[in-house]
Amino acid sequence: MKQFIAFVNKEFYHLVRDRRSMLIILGIPVVQILLFGFAINTEVKDIRVAMHAPHPDAFSEGVTERFRRNEFFNLREDLHTPREMEMALQKGRLDMAVLFHPSEESIQLIVNSADPNRGSIATTYATAIIAGYQLEESGVGMSQIPFAIEVESRMIYNPGMESAYMFVPGIMGLVLMLICTMMTSVSIVREKERGTMEVLLASPLKQGTMVIAKTIPYLLISIINLVSILLLSYFVLNVPIRGSLILLLGISVIYIFLSLAFGLLISTVVRSQINAVIISAIIVMLPGLMLSGMIFPIENMPSILQWVSDIVPARWYTQAIKKVMIQGLGGAMVWKETLILTGMALLLVVGSTLNLKPRLE
Amino acid sequence: MIQVNELHKTYRNGRVKALNGVSFSVDKGEIFGVIGPDGAGKSTLFRILASLLIPDPGRGKATVGGYDVIRDYRQIRQIIGYMPGRFSLYQDLSVEENLKFFATLFNTTVEENYSLIKDIYGQIEPFKKRRAGALSGGMKQKLALSCALVHRPKVLILDEPTTGVDPVSRREFWDMLGRLRELGITILVSTAYMDEADRCTRVALAREGEFIAIDTPKGITRDYSEVLWSVEGDRMPALLNRLREYPSVKTAFAFGDKHHITVEKGITTEELENYLANNGFKETRVEPIEPTIEDCFLAM
Repeated sequence: MKQFIAFVNKEFYHLVRDRRSMLIILGIPVVQILLFGFAINTEVKDIRVAMHAPHPDAFSEGVTERFRRNEFFNLREDLHTPREMEMALQKGRLDMAVLFHPSEESIQLIVNSADPNRGSIATTYATAIIAGYQLEESGVGMSQIPFAIEVESRMIYNPGMESAYMFVPGIMGLVLMLICTMMTSVSIVREKERGTMEVLLASPLKQGTMVIAKTIPYLLISIINLVSILLLSYFVLNVPIRGSLILLLGISVIYIFLSLAFGLLISTVVRSQINAVIISAIIVMLPGLMLSGMIFPIENMPSILQWVSDIVPARWYTQAIKKVMIQGLGGAMVWKETLILTGMALLLVVGSTLNLKPRLE
Repeated sequence: MIQVNELHKTYRNGRVKALNGVSFSVDKGEIFGVIGPDGAGKSTLFRILASLLIPDPGRGKATVGGYDVIRDYRQIRQIIGYMPGRFSLYQDLSVEENLKFFATLFNTTVEENYSLIKDIYGQIEPFKKRRAGALSGGMKQKLALSCALVHRPKVLILDEPTTGVDPVSRREFWDMLGRLRELGITILVSTAYMDEADRCTRVALAREGEFIAIDTPKGITRDYSEVLWSVEGDRMPALLNRLREYPSVKTAFAFGDKHHITVEKGITTEELENYLANNGFKETRVEPIEPTIEDCFLAM
């Protein structure tokens, strides 16, 4: 135990005496949260829409009026024929064309889905507007409604589709893992580079003690990072914390520990500090961005990528944080994610302990 | 205390031979010096004995304090104090913090063994708040030795401890090793400085992964069978070339401000002096000398 405490102390000295690294470690999460929070904007606004009704009637007038009044849509009154609309769609000057077909009793939505997210969200909006109008009209018993569509969708949790809501949990998953993995990924290989590993190995110190002791100081500094990320999210990006704060912190600490252990595993494999940083950046960044569900919904991935995403810790963390932070769900709803993250953390600690050879290579 | 039998070590799938069948033994309380140039395999040998490297399997065996270097590596790490070839303490920790850390690592305290390290640590204690990275070369070595000693090891393994240290600190360092030896600590030390051999109880001359001689320093020089002279004069580099041209001179090497030469039996110093005078070298002085370890090394 004394060995362990002495080792933790030593790691603390390394950490706090390296002022510049300390500044970077504490500064990066702040910069990244602000950068991602403000710069990445997937809010769907200003959808340019054009209407075509060959035989205008009360219904088509009513729907058109709704689109005109809606804040998300920008009605293009200058486009009249389907041909003009097609051209505009092709040139990217139009997002959506609404075609009324009274003969077939249907409305056709033609949506520019070059950006699938924007396209699908625009479709949802438009459907909601049409359905809403229809519902209202049927309420007062207007018989001239030529057709009946049953659409009822309601955006919950994030009714404004604000991108900060979607991104903050994802960014937390990415930023925490990135910074934690990088911090510890250099810590063992640094001892190798500086030759101190040789002295440590020639002592009775056990490998497991070294691995656990190396995570402790970084765990504490990462909790500071976590708090600063949450404060920024809450006060600057206005992301709510609807669920239990304790639960949120608890899951985050498990995730931080997991990331630190992952960094140590990298550190036992690589040969230089610079390699450690590059490798951890690549391994964390790519799957963290692509496969965590932050940018691309996991349900839309090919099944093989869905399996891969199962082993990406950021995916489970992001999922759990969304549930707790945005949806306000309790522990009963995130036990699966928590269990998976805990399991992964233990696996990584054991893995890096076993991989830390008791001799020089 | 240390038993080494036919130890081999190859790197890179056998393409580089670092140790090529080394055997020796060191008794308790000895200062055993391994002397040889860079690349002789000294560091490899010391790392194997410190249980940090595994020798080639199936050939040879090595034990330290009766423990096998492969099987009993945990026990070995309790009883040895190891000082690697390059300074390997934490440069961003202070002198005191380094010492305390290594004491705790070995489950002991600085206070418990202060009497043992007092001699050495006492000299750097005034600077105990200074970062280790800011120490001079000599002070770094003293700190490293203190850290290697703080757990009262039975065997000290010191890999080139005096390389890069000034002559005064080197002498002090060897004085300290002498006192540690009196306390019964077995010391295995390597050096590239041949003049340090005399401070050892026994030395091994290492070359290209082999021990070419193992004896007391006196024993090694006693076995020297050549006729050895030293030559002094002006224009030393030219003098060395001229000496090598003289038929009766077998070898000639520069030794600091003198040249050491070995010659055929039968010629006299006057003959050589005359030869040199005839070739334009004035005021040369040739005299027979006793061989040093380095002469022996060069003769092998």
